[in-house]
Amino acid sequence: MDSGLRAYVLRRLGFAALMLVGVSIILFVLMRLAPGGPEAVLIGGEFSPEAAAQIRRRLGLDRPLALQYVTWAGAALRGDFGRSFKTGDPVAGLIADRLGPTLQLTGGALVVALTVAVPLGVVAAVRRGTVWDTLGSAVALFGVSFPSFWLGIMLILIFSEALPILPPSGLAEYGRESEPLSRLRHAILPTLTLGLIQMAALMRFTRSSLLESLRQDYVRTARAKGLGDGRVVWRHALRNALIPVVTVVGLSLPALVGGAVLTESVFAWPGIGRLAVGAVFERDYPVIMGVNLIVAAVVITGNLVTDLAYCAVDPRISYR
Amino acid sequence: MSERPGRRLLRHWRGTLGGVVVAFMLATGVLAPILAPYSYSNQSLLTRLKPPSAAHWLGTDGFGRDVLSRVMWGSRVSLEIGFAATALALVVGTAMGSVAGYFGRGVDTSVMRAADAFLSVPALFLILIVVALFGASLLNTTLVIALVTWAPVARVVRAECLSLRAREFVHAAHALGAGHTRILARHVLVNALPVVIVQASLMLGQTILIESGLSYLGLGAQPPLPSWGNMIVEGRQFLATAWWIAAFPGLAIFVTVLGFNLFGDGLRDAFDPTLRGSA
Repeated sequence: MDSGLRAYVLRRLGFAALMLVGVSIILFVLMRLAPGGPEAVLIGGEFSPEAAAQIRRRLGLDRPLALQYVTWAGAALRGDFGRSFKTGDPVAGLIADRLGPTLQLTGGALVVALTVAVPLGVVAAVRRGTVWDTLGSAVALFGVSFPSFWLGIMLILIFSEALPILPPSGLAEYGRESEPLSRLRHAILPTLTLGLIQMAALMRFTRSSLLESLRQDYVRTARAKGLGDGRVVWRHALRNALIPVVTVVGLSLPALVGGAVLTESVFAWPGIGRLAVGAVFERDYPVIMGVNLIVAAVVITGNLVTDLAYCAVDPRISYR
Repeated sequence: MSERPGRRLLRHWRGTLGGVVVAFMLATGVLAPILAPYSYSNQSLLTRLKPPSAAHWLGTDGFGRDVLSRVMWGSRVSLEIGFAATALALVVGTAMGSVAGYFGRGVDTSVMRAADAFLSVPALFLILIVVALFGASLLNTTLVIALVTWAPVARVVRAECLSLRAREFVHAAHALGAGHTRILARHVLVNALPVVIVQASLMLGQTILIESGLSYLGLGAQPPLPSWGNMIVEGRQFLATAWWIAAFPGLAIFVTVLGFNLFGDGLRDAFDPTLRGSA
């Protein structure tokens, strides 16, 4: 690794760490701004000032704010997000149980999105101005205008109600969670829903990026050498056009993970999105904070990886 | 000069179509008290779960309420919150972005890092925290949607101001002795306005999508007040027997958001024809 690249990687790592600190401060401040404070939730109903003071002392809320933050952040760094107000279970365990299904859903959706978006984007760019291009643009425009939860419900209506071929909810049939086929059948509709919504932005970007590549000199050279259209597009232009698409994948991670909240709700998918929504109704602060911190960490790490992948695939990037 | 973008927009058929759709949905929402054939809350066990018919064009729901009337009333919640949240996000985002882009250096870095932090938390998760802490109400929904949408506006406005501040007319204003506030308000922001307007139209679609998602989760408008999102949740349980309850409110969201997106694309092309078809 040359020194320029090493410096860039280190700086980028430092920046990611700083972002996580920033997010944790926003979360912490928001939690402290809550009317009534956690003691109101823990006790519920009417309570005496003495009881409130006792709870505040127990939770460490009587100490200076900065100290509270350091204690909370320090514990979080060690993987201790406190205990759920409702069940008393460690938050870290609750999240660990739910993270797998969410990663499966979002990962699958990303694969679906890319599989549809890249070929569509290529066709729209290569056949620019034709009916294919118009069709591609229409698909992209519809994609950004669809409410994801409604798309999910309509898919259930078609594939689970009208022609019942796919299950409408859950991770697998009860007691068959370890059977891959059952899990796959249950994953199809939620993955399609989330993937198709994400596809639109990726398709638009592939198209404009490839159009840009096709205007470059090396493409003209390749054509001048007498290479066929397919070879020029797939071997020369697309390889370079996909580089910025990597960045867009990184930028779309928050939307992907955020979209999982709604998708999980529609399909009763036991991921962290549903965990968070449930916690909101219970005002279970430690769970909400823990989930948000983990989600932010996943997204920031994802962005870091795409940035590093970006400079790995394109040697021209300067590591400034 | 001011006439030309308007005329260009009229020639842009998709933009015009979007404008017509938006105007239609707005008129439906505003005139719902007059146009809606039934009350949005009148229940009747006799008319439960009736399919679309001459009496009830879009059918009835599980309480026997007219779906068409509820879709019309529901548009008010979505559009009110959409407009209010977009306006708030635009004001905050434009203020932050223009200050960052115009002053640069430390101000720029701190504002943009704050924006980055907001962009890296998935919007829905941030919304969940705020709703958990402060409760679900129309005002809170509006504030929280603005909280998660100001950052992209700030980015776009910053980029525009960054390029504007290096232009001759800004230097000229400086040379004539104008202060920063005057230059920002009278010279830079006025010229950044087209970008802000285009952004506003595209954002309206996004805020409506977020609002409907929140209502779907039960964290937005609360029943019996109809909103498109909570109508879809109610329809979810009758999907096997009465598909129309969930289908039509969703279609209304889709058509409205599509309208705003088409209109926004049209506006962008009208203000800056060089961008046509580039994105």
